[in-house]
Amino acid sequence: MATITTDGVRHVANLARLEFNDEETEHFTEQLARILEYIGKLNELQTDDVPPTSHIHPHQVFIMGSQEGAAHVAKPDVVKPSYPREEVLDNAPEAEEGYFGVPRVVDRSH
Amino acid sequence: MSLYELTAHALHEKLKSREITAVELTESVYARIAEVEPHVKGYLTLTQDTALEQASHADAGFQNGDEMPPLAGIPIAIKDVICTKGVRTTCGSKILENFVPPYDATVMAKLHEHGAVMVGKTNMDEFAMGSSTENSAYQITHNPWNLDTIPGGSSGGSAAVVSADTAICSLGSDTGGSIRQPAALCGVVGMKPTYGRVSRYGLVAFASSLDQIGPFTKDVTDCALLLNAICGSDAMDATSVDVPVPDFTQGLINDVQGLRIGVPKEYFTPALDTEIADSVQRATAVLESLGATVEEISLPHTEYAIATYYIIAPAEASANLARYDGVRYGYRNENPKDLIGMYKKTRSEGFGEEVKRRIMLGTFALSAGYQDAYYKKAQKARTLIKSDFDAAFEKVDVIATPTSPTPAFKIGERTADPLQMYLSDVMTTPASHAGLPGISVPCGFVQSGLPVGLQLLGAPFAEEKVLRVAYTFEQNTEHHRQKPQIQTNGAV
Repeated sequence: MATITTDGVRHVANLARLEFNDEETEHFTEQLARILEYIGKLNELQTDDVPPTSHIHPHQVFIMGSQEGAAHVAKPDVVKPSYPREEVLDNAPEAEEGYFGVPRVVDRSH
Repeated sequence: MSLYELTAHALHEKLKSREITAVELTESVYARIAEVEPHVKGYLTLTQDTALEQASHADAGFQNGDEMPPLAGIPIAIKDVICTKGVRTTCGSKILENFVPPYDATVMAKLHEHGAVMVGKTNMDEFAMGSSTENSAYQITHNPWNLDTIPGGSSGGSAAVVSADTAICSLGSDTGGSIRQPAALCGVVGMKPTYGRVSRYGLVAFASSLDQIGPFTKDVTDCALLLNAICGSDAMDATSVDVPVPDFTQGLINDVQGLRIGVPKEYFTPALDTEIADSVQRATAVLESLGATVEEISLPHTEYAIATYYIIAPAEASANLARYDGVRYGYRNENPKDLIGMYKKTRSEGFGEEVKRRIMLGTFALSAGYQDAYYKKAQKARTLIKSDFDAAFEKVDVIATPTSPTPAFKIGERTADPLQMYLSDVMTTPASHAGLPGISVPCGFVQSGLPVGLQLLGAPFAEEKVLRVAYTFEQNTEHHRQKPQIQTNGAV
């Protein structure tokens, strides 16, 4: 297993939509490297012929064909009322005309 | 004894005979809160007005002579990770400081149907990530047995309020031990039911293949009563399992004759506090003297459980926590340069350090080039851990272990070293990987006066057997009757 560098931390932070200053980047690099070193313990295990577990009750596996006897859990396709739009929007930092508001994504000057 | 000290089942008898009213009981609990909560700090939000309304409602039923459920009029605290309609639900995070759910979690709807009284919302490690409740963005919760120590985590508030008698019982959530470990450290009963037993609709998601809701109570009987109220499949949660729900009080049998109890040798490592090892050995000796067969077993992959957990749980968390982006709810940075900048600033300012660490760890473990080496490897290790338990339950009915390798530690002692904190979960994560039901019951005290927990694990859906062993142990010992003397004369 690989370790992680400061560049790696910057890359992963971008994927996770987080940002750190240089000091935080150093701090996380050091801590994550130490945790990953501990996790490297898993390399002691021979797992070539071991199937992965994604869900502990085999009869309820959601990914088609991933295990024998797998079945989807489905419910009837019936239209039911949702929560009132106004109540949901009450929690939004910005709402306008029944929609969530976000900073401008399209630049009109082009 | 004051009303707030009693169990739910004892209080139900008093309510039913109309010796007391639910309003008196609720007032007794709030009086206790006024006395000790400034020192314990287990609650993030108190809901006294609605609690008194709920109590009067229950009283009306009792006065009518209606058949009232065992939890009617009983003051219950709720971990702040469970959505409560109209009541702020923060998950211990700044990012959800002002989040007021427009709906109730299924467990809340069920508790309301049973006539329970909600006292308030309890403190927790941010997004349930932690083992000491020190990762809350709001406050430090103090262990009632020694206010200088942590209550465990992540459901530390829910454990502390039951221990401090500021609630009769409570709900928490357990991903890698977050009910069982704080129950052990606070000297109360805490149970994680089988994965899929309880609907998680309205439980804010951390690691979806592991999360489960469960009760904290003052004894095993109350635990069974609370399970009766919250278990069952739910169309709103496709991971809730459609199997019959027994009456869990049928597991309350004071007899373990003929039951086989396995004690896994791998849990008794040098890292285990010797006083805890002794206490657990005395507990299994009690069960043996009552007619159970106690034998040593082996769960050979135990030592890989923490490494496996700290890939799987952060990986799932990194996906689940992607939703906190400042758009639909919660905190938003007000001066972003663009949309992506808004996401990044919102998340970096809104999440605490441990949550960021786990998002980073999980995102790394799922990133291109590393997914097979980390996430898939961990899922395979999980299969091996689960297979150990499958083999063990062919030979034994219940497995007995310590719940935590140490008693409650000092506030601040492990915050500088995340890996040391992660190792607090070494006794509880294996069963989480296998989705097993597990309970922690008080089994003694170390010399410093802090409580010790005995963990009892069963095969999937074998909660009744686990309860039977726990109940028998409790009925033949006195540990659960001990109450902390909270030092209310110290500085607040």
